[in-house]
Amino acid sequence: MAQKKFTRTINEINRKIKDGKVVVVTADEMVDIVKKKGPKKAAREVDVVTTGTFAPMCSSGAFLNFGHTKPAIKASRVWLNSVPAYAGVAAVDVYIGATEPAEDDPLNRVHPGQFKYGGGHVIHDLIAGKRINLVATSYGTDCYPNREIKKKVTLADLPYAVLLNPRNAYQNYNCAINLSKKTIYTYMGVLKPNAGNANYSTSGQLSPLFNDPYYLTMGLGTRIFLGGAKGYIIGPGTQHNPNAKRGKNGIPIEPAGTLMVKGDLKEMDPRWVAGVSMLGYGCSLAVGVGVPIPILNEEIALYTGISDDEIFTRIIDYGKDYPKGKASSLGLVSYAELKSGTIRFDGHDVSTVPLSSYVRALEIARILKRWIEKGKFLLAEAQEMLPTASSYITK
Amino acid sequence: MYSKMLSLRFPKTIVNEPVTVNLVKKFDLSFNILKATIYPRKEGLMVLELSGHRKNFQRGIRYLKGLGVKVESIGQDIRRDEDKCFQCGACTAVCPTGALYIERPEMAVIFDREKCSACELCVSACLARAMEVRFNKSLLY
Repeated sequence: MAQKKFTRTINEINRKIKDGKVVVVTADEMVDIVKKKGPKKAAREVDVVTTGTFAPMCSSGAFLNFGHTKPAIKASRVWLNSVPAYAGVAAVDVYIGATEPAEDDPLNRVHPGQFKYGGGHVIHDLIAGKRINLVATSYGTDCYPNREIKKKVTLADLPYAVLLNPRNAYQNYNCAINLSKKTIYTYMGVLKPNAGNANYSTSGQLSPLFNDPYYLTMGLGTRIFLGGAKGYIIGPGTQHNPNAKRGKNGIPIEPAGTLMVKGDLKEMDPRWVAGVSMLGYGCSLAVGVGVPIPILNEEIALYTGISDDEIFTRIIDYGKDYPKGKASSLGLVSYAELKSGTIRFDGHDVSTVPLSSYVRALEIARILKRWIEKGKFLLAEAQEMLPTASSYITK
Repeated sequence: MYSKMLSLRFPKTIVNEPVTVNLVKKFDLSFNILKATIYPRKEGLMVLELSGHRKNFQRGIRYLKGLGVKVESIGQDIRRDEDKCFQCGACTAVCPTGALYIERPEMAVIFDREKCSACELCVSACLARAMEVRFNKSLLY
């Protein structure tokens, strides 16, 4: 007799969460379970797999409304702790982008620049409850005559503050090396000459999109861990490329899927939203993201069981190729190799350097697991899935 | 083999004397000088890595102190703000002495102050700017 194909719905999982009977494991635990028991058995035993990632994610920022002033102003230029915010929206609405440096930053005039304070730091300081200097100027209108305001604000003073990140949790990213003869300072960190080190930035088997490579469980409305609070996926992120090259196991071997996410800044924890200074490159924001993967069938169980040695990325030269826009693969390397500390490149051992915090990623997966087990976090059904690979649709 | 990064401050009374060479001759120690300066008022400052057998090392330090040299360990002066550090590992790319390293398989980023040479490369390479110099910065410039 043919075995009945196993399926489970998000509603069924939520009922189990409410009854305190849900089985949740972290993605690294799921690797062992699938290896030992196989995806069929694992799917029947595990309801949810939690994932996590914590790394600089440049495409991040916050929408803030700072409330109407007396007399009223239509802010046309706004600075938060000297960092310009985009004010080309309604009168007292602004968007502060993570990579915007302070206006008086010397940038790369003395190379490599320090980029000590920028939009990411402003967002972190707001969440940490610090007072921020707000300056706004305007040309003045009949309804909003004020030309300039200066005030100190805290997150609690702001009527509205939402983290809205256009691109987070990249499904895969390049392993960066430098084949030129001088040290270079990139968004992938410091790269020493002659392939002196190899930098990478993902949490590998813990990473949200590596656990659901074809985006079968996520889309607009999926509830996630974002910055220490509940947040949501609101669609594919910028540069979302489901048709990136994939290995036989379906896992992309180059940058592929991305997420656009949002969450309430006022609920977040500064531990999970940290300003970042990248030497010689710029400012950014390290964001903690964790996505719960509901095990709806055996196929999803199989994907969540994929381990670091089955996930590969391309080695790219950031010394010469990448700046020219000609990033070509110099070979594939697995995350198990990258995490080991050295990779073999061109006959030499090259030490590897992570920019993504595996320690924090695991902490996120564990926090999310605890939230779900304790009934504090219910799964939310996506209203529209992320676009998947055309090869998957025709499968 | 015992090795430590030290800053030595010489009073002007002995700045003309051959002190470092005695560490080699009398105590069988080897050294690597990172910086040596004599200030306008004739006091000297030297930053060096001193290596050798632990007992000889201690005898050498006693010898220096006996001469009136102020000896300070430098590793204790670079600190990590544990709240700021989010354990990524970017610093391990630039750390020349292996004081910053990753413990596997946990992937925890460890800072071993004993091995730190206070070169400060990690200070600006740290994404979170968690590495702090807690002493007179002029020591190294």
